[in-house]
Amino acid sequence: MAKTTVHAATQEKRVPEGLWLRCPGCENMIYRKQVEESFGLCPDCQHHFRLTARRRIALLADEGSFEEMLADLRSADPLNFTDRKPYAERLVEEQKKTGMLDAAVVGKAFIKGRPLILGALDPDFIMGSMGSVVGEKVTGAIEKAAETHLPLVIVSTSGGARMMEGIISLMQMAKTSAALARLDDAGGLFISVLVNPCTAGVAASFAFLGDIIIAEPKALIGFAGPRVIFQTMKRELPEGFQTSEFLLEHGFLDMIVERPNLRSELAALIDYCGK
Amino acid sequence: MAPGPILEFEKPFAALEEEIQGLEKVQAEQPGDLSAEVAALRRTLVEMIRKTYGGLTPWNLVQVSRHPQRPLARDYIDYFVSDFKELHGDRYFGDDAAMVTGFGKIGGEKIMLIAEHKGRDTKERVACHFGCPHPEGYRKALRAMRLAEKYALPVVTLIDTPGAFPGIGAEERGQAQAIAINLMEMARLRTPIVSVVIGEGGSGGALGIGVGDRMGILQYAYYSVISPEGCAAILWKTAKLAEAAAASLRLTPQHLLELGIVDEIIPEPLGGAHRNPRDMATTLERKLVGFVRQAKRMPLEKLLARRYERIRSVGKVVSDPAALVALNAAAAAEKAEAAPANGNLPLDAN
Repeated sequence: MAKTTVHAATQEKRVPEGLWLRCPGCENMIYRKQVEESFGLCPDCQHHFRLTARRRIALLADEGSFEEMLADLRSADPLNFTDRKPYAERLVEEQKKTGMLDAAVVGKAFIKGRPLILGALDPDFIMGSMGSVVGEKVTGAIEKAAETHLPLVIVSTSGGARMMEGIISLMQMAKTSAALARLDDAGGLFISVLVNPCTAGVAASFAFLGDIIIAEPKALIGFAGPRVIFQTMKRELPEGFQTSEFLLEHGFLDMIVERPNLRSELAALIDYCGK
Repeated sequence: MAPGPILEFEKPFAALEEEIQGLEKVQAEQPGDLSAEVAALRRTLVEMIRKTYGGLTPWNLVQVSRHPQRPLARDYIDYFVSDFKELHGDRYFGDDAAMVTGFGKIGGEKIMLIAEHKGRDTKERVACHFGCPHPEGYRKALRAMRLAEKYALPVVTLIDTPGAFPGIGAEERGQAQAIAINLMEMARLRTPIVSVVIGEGGSGGALGIGVGDRMGILQYAYYSVISPEGCAAILWKTAKLAEAAAASLRLTPQHLLELGIVDEIIPEPLGGAHRNPRDMATTLERKLVGFVRQAKRMPLEKLLARRYERIRSVGKVVSDPAALVALNAAAAAEKAEAAPANGNLPLDAN
């Protein structure tokens, strides 16, 4: 595993420019620096801003402990896909925008001194969608966890399978799930952390296969998007539909954890499940 | 009997068929031999259908896969599954009519059948949610699979869904979780699993009963990560460009075979399964029996290892260290340019 550094510049540059920003939660004008220095939370309402994959890992892993694996994978554009623009072009643009080759980062890390395999999806790289690269990295992380007998933690945020890789993307759902079956058979621990938004193909595969499933507050989590459901049902969706709190109430989450407590909660859970 | 015209490109067939029927009627009522004319018209019809179906676009193929007269799961059950013992319910919430499960025999082989069913008449279609299963459908399927595993019965799945149901109840009962569990459990189910897409292979709704040892697809069926309409709405911003999306998605049997997603394309009768359901059923039965026997012959551990390898190997990535170096260099340059405002990220205070 090659050791790579986390670049603060790429972590931050995707937040809209300006000293101040409006919180989508409480609509207050808030001081950007304050948000950035406090886990990406609104100081007034604790709204959880989206985090890039690298920022997420920097917030979870012990400082300097992250060793990235499979860092140099990029999509081979298996369908030679074109919509309004060629996928190959879109990939290059997304890479420039995010400073990442694709939407996932995985590697070995420590959390409060506990070794583990840690992964995170990036909500800004084509909506964190899963194509071949995300599928391969997540599967690689699962296999590494099984091989090293280390706990696995993946922080998932995604719009689902990546349309531009068509059926190949869909099959990444089966691939990651099959790898988790083997990890489970081997007695490995998988803690899945769902953060805003986590839907469709990623929710309907590895993200909902955790031994323990955690979500951040008020995240959008579900199979179909609210717009599609609204079009199907042709009536208003219930208050708080498809939020973390809704899922907890319906029995699909173990707990909701606020971002500043995530590290210590993960460490405590790992201690219960260690062998 | 051939169905009435439904699809635009089928209309010329219907006109010709009407003409043939007219001649046959005349022949029956009046003296004189018209059999040569009738035979010639029949040849023309066959040629016309062959030509039209030889040139179907991916979008046309999607239309055929959704043809209102296309045989559905329960039609095939009626045609070739003997002693079918339907099993109902997921034991948690309800019985999903869109997912049909039960013991049965094909070619003398005992199997567990799991099939997505769209419903034929309006009433049945509504009861089946037009072939869109709810979480209880996927859980019912899993229950049937576990039963099959316990008694070493091969699982046969027939896939035909526009997608898993996107609704309030489906979300409340964990649609994503229900599908996810099926993917994981099918990957390690200790009995053979063979599948055929008989109509629409709609995304996760199809995959939820589609992980296994062998995958066939009918000649005019499709399998895709998203419907062409859905893809067009998102990427082209208008559902009207479904035709373009259908082409870009590579969802036809031929593409799926080339991509290694399906093992075999099962030929349909001339003009599609709906023009001759009985022949279609005969072909499908023969193929399914072959799939089942082939899977049963393999020792279970080898079968499971191959199943994993089959699932594991899908995907196409490039290892590109140079691209990574370039990205990191660009990021480092930008970092040097920007003030070191966020050099130290805050860590957990606890």
